[in-house]
Amino acid sequence: MLADRDRVFTNLYGEHDWRLAGARARGDWDGTKAVIQKGRDWIVNEVKESGLRGRGGAGFPTGLKWSFMPKESARPTYLVVNADESEPGTCKDRDILRNDPHKLVEGCVLAGAGMGVGAAYIYIRGEFYNEATRLQAAIDEAYAAGLVGKNACGSGYDIDIYLHRGAGAYICGEETGLLESLEGKKGQPRLKPPFPAQVGLYGCPSTVNNVETIAVAPAILKRGAAWFAGIGRPRNTGTKIFCISGHVEQPCNVEEEMSIPMKELIERHAGGVRGGWDNLMAVIPGGSSTPCLPSPICGEVLMDFDSLVAQKSGLGTAALIVMDKSTDIVRAITRLSAFYKHESCGQCTPCREGLGWVWRVMERMVAGNATVAELDMLLDVTHEIEGHTICALADGAVWPVQGLIRHFRPEMERRIHEYRAVATRQAAE
Amino acid sequence: MPKVTIDGQEYEVAAGTTILQACQQAGIEIPHFCYHERLMIAGNCRMCLVEVEKSPKPVASCAMPVADGNVILTQSEKAKKARNGVMEMLLLNHPLDCPICDQGGECDLQDQAMAYGFDRGRFEENKRAVSDKDFGPLVATSMNRCIHCTRCIRFLTEIAGVEELGATGRGEAMEITTYVERALGSELSANIVDLCPVGALTAKPYAFVARPWELRKTESVDVLDAVGSNIRIDSRGAQVLRVLPRLHEDINEEWIADKTRFAHDGLVRRRLDRPYIRRAGRLVEAEWPEALDLVAARLRSVPGERIAAISGDLCDAESMYALKELLHGLGVANLDCRQDGAKLDGGNRASYLFNTTIAGIERADACLLVGANPRWEAPLINARLRKRHLQGGFRVATIGPTFDLGFPVEMLGNGGALLNAMVRGEHSWAKVLLGAKAPMIVLGQGALARSDGARILGAGRAIAEGFSMVRPDWNGFNVLHRAAARVAGLDLGFLPGPGGKAVAAMLEGCRSGAVEVLYLLGADEIDLKDIGSAFVIYQGHHGDRGAARADVVLPGAAYTEKDATYVNTEGRVQLARRAVFPPGEAREDWTILRALSGALGRPLPFDSLPALRERMRAAHPVLAHIDQIVPAEWGNFGAIGTVGSASFHYPIGDFYRTDPISRASPTMAQCSEAFGALPDTQPRTGTHG
Repeated sequence: MLADRDRVFTNLYGEHDWRLAGARARGDWDGTKAVIQKGRDWIVNEVKESGLRGRGGAGFPTGLKWSFMPKESARPTYLVVNADESEPGTCKDRDILRNDPHKLVEGCVLAGAGMGVGAAYIYIRGEFYNEATRLQAAIDEAYAAGLVGKNACGSGYDIDIYLHRGAGAYICGEETGLLESLEGKKGQPRLKPPFPAQVGLYGCPSTVNNVETIAVAPAILKRGAAWFAGIGRPRNTGTKIFCISGHVEQPCNVEEEMSIPMKELIERHAGGVRGGWDNLMAVIPGGSSTPCLPSPICGEVLMDFDSLVAQKSGLGTAALIVMDKSTDIVRAITRLSAFYKHESCGQCTPCREGLGWVWRVMERMVAGNATVAELDMLLDVTHEIEGHTICALADGAVWPVQGLIRHFRPEMERRIHEYRAVATRQAAE
Repeated sequence: MPKVTIDGQEYEVAAGTTILQACQQAGIEIPHFCYHERLMIAGNCRMCLVEVEKSPKPVASCAMPVADGNVILTQSEKAKKARNGVMEMLLLNHPLDCPICDQGGECDLQDQAMAYGFDRGRFEENKRAVSDKDFGPLVATSMNRCIHCTRCIRFLTEIAGVEELGATGRGEAMEITTYVERALGSELSANIVDLCPVGALTAKPYAFVARPWELRKTESVDVLDAVGSNIRIDSRGAQVLRVLPRLHEDINEEWIADKTRFAHDGLVRRRLDRPYIRRAGRLVEAEWPEALDLVAARLRSVPGERIAAISGDLCDAESMYALKELLHGLGVANLDCRQDGAKLDGGNRASYLFNTTIAGIERADACLLVGANPRWEAPLINARLRKRHLQGGFRVATIGPTFDLGFPVEMLGNGGALLNAMVRGEHSWAKVLLGAKAPMIVLGQGALARSDGARILGAGRAIAEGFSMVRPDWNGFNVLHRAAARVAGLDLGFLPGPGGKAVAAMLEGCRSGAVEVLYLLGADEIDLKDIGSAFVIYQGHHGDRGAARADVVLPGAAYTEKDATYVNTEGRVQLARRAVFPPGEAREDWTILRALSGALGRPLPFDSLPALRERMRAAHPVLAHIDQIVPAEWGNFGAIGTVGSASFHYPIGDFYRTDPISRASPTMAQCSEAFGALPDTQPRTGTHG
């Protein structure tokens, strides 16, 4: 369990002042200048050594990503912060944005210094109106205090921070879709290569990072890579905000150490599964696009990248959706299929056409109005979609279905047989 | 150069090549829909997926540059499975209406479904229905069939330069639309019909007319502007059913203008299909011998100086040569091919050519347009200018009326004074020309057809020489023609001989009685209302202005009906080929003139087209260089003097109705109406449409 002294987000629950004075009291903006003056290479190296992996879902090593930015560039370079938090079940960034916005602003300055960017753009989800207001206030405070802008924190480094509100499309949370949207275009993911580090925002080298990734960076740089790397398991280091929702006694956001056992996480922080652990049916461990895990696995699995991948799921955004035995699991996953069908940008054929198909078949599966052969067909169709598109939305859309079939096939078959039996009986009458 | 292995065989390809291009170079076909070599890469259809070793996912080959040591598998299980999957997805919501789809037989989806599809569908749900859109009179839509490849969007945005088409909605609900349900306002719009890989966008005038396998395909050139676009004429029986672009990198690439594509329905309307003779004020049907004898008698009855001839904008070189030979034999010096009165003469070839060449535009870095509106006078030259603009570092300015060319143009104003200032180097834009490495100037017919046209030509020469536009490696002096016959006419010297009259003087002569016989070879763009009692012979193919005034009508052949030579504005000699026969009694034009020479008792010295061409090319060697650019010698031309300060006017008022063929075309009439070019003096009646 994470010791209080290791906690990064000390105002996650908004009990204290979110403004500059409160943030300073919690240690933000302390020693920022000294960190900046240690230089680009030191910053990037420190983040590399901390083992920090991207908190947006894919878990790409952050230090490595930062090191892709060109050392010398004739064009401007940008840091883009992805605050378009839209993954169902996920609400970690929201609490950072509204209760600890200075963590993010300071992170922008330090990460920006690490990559030598001239400006940082924060793309915030349009629905986060209050959060955007607070974040803007925090940015304004930081400008007024000389922490951001020309000669930020007196370090000699210049950085501007801009806040941009999105219009509420899930796909604009995909990094290149976000860049398109930020440029004022329709949010459709770009082809890669070229990667944003070469051709990103406005065609200039850019790095896109999640809010949480940027917001933990100051703590790492101030307390040292070794401290962060000492939390959790190797390759899965540091602290992480977990969002626990669904059939638990007390749904919550909580910062915990990486690799905490799922069962411990739920029981210690969320008051346990409604009706006791034995009443658990399944958990979606990392936001809606990760495959669900049935209760026996949930009892053993650790909440980190590698452990969940070994169970053919993923850490994703670390948003646990807990479902007890009262859940209609097929209906639940079908709802997710409907969500992804609705949020597909429509560029790639498999995603545009395939997700509608998957959702329609899933709707029939809820009632059992299908054949067992169609179950196999459905699985086959998900494989036709997976990995065949520009971005990972389609992958994330079919993984829950694959997870469902992997773990709950007997339930689905039971519905099919039952439906057929009823239909046959009715026909006979 | 990177070495790659494709299906077990090693190839060396240029750096920057995509995997798809590398496969094509190796002769391996990769199926694709959204990829088009002239459009930006979208990579969204996902049909071109191939397996690349060490890559966890199949790779979209159209968008992925090759890397040294790539091992590419196009026929592996993984690649096949990916393609089959994508094909299945494409067909999910695609209607099974091939039997009633105009694309049938030339449909990429149909062909590739045969090669890569399953033999049955697994999709049991209802198909999506999408409402059709109104793209105007040329492009028919059937949006249920759309596979969202976005080629049409990319073409209009990138090449045509009109951002009028886009995709609204997301996911399944994505639709290709004009947002505001408006006709596509581009002269190149119908190219999206060719680009559409399925039957979502088809040609409205060609709807349900024919299947591709019924058509005879003839490779020819277009004459409705002076670009000389290469076309393929598809005909069935005696009728041209459609015109499609043919690839020519140096002229039209693979696009054609809408007029080129759709004006052909004018070829079966208002046709002159038999000779006519005016009797008691009315044109009465006649037989060939009768008509030719009458013409011969009139030509014999007056001395040569009282005879005049004007050739039209659609004439081929052979007929102009034959008419010139015939009339020279009669001592006629009153010849002219410049219906609009442009002050060009045949003395120096460089003075009337688009010397930079169309492809050469891509090497220019500054361009000054004078009285030229390339968007309407030569849409494909305009497209090339836009292409150059997209490559960056290209400034374009225009002296003339404000007009949207589809890319940023600096409007310097209008009037000759600006040109004078430019010659003297006093205009601010003169600095741009001075600083440019490859500057070009384009003189339009709107400038040259004025009374001070010769001085404008001279000013153009002065600018070309003053701003070092004429060098051994570069010629930036250009005349933009709009008549397909004009350059050939100038090359052949179909111009006033010593003491001969030009067009205006001829018409004046008709009024005064100095000209008694006027021979119009397809000349329809002159005002014949008030030309006194002159005897007018009209040889041509359409019952247009010329025929309306004629005393004798000799029915000729349109460009689709004869083997003929045309020279485009660059001076490129090209051959048109006969796709169909002329209707009724109409004949190929040179044969009419040969027969007339017989009736005159002075037979022309050729009996066949090869013989005619041999003589013509001997007299005018430049016409022997088929499809070649012969750089023209620079020389002295134009008049020196101050250009009048009057404003320039563009010669085309209505892009869709510029010549006898397009004026006879109902499709072009619809376009005129849709794009608001018809004058308001023609109100709609209650029975209209």
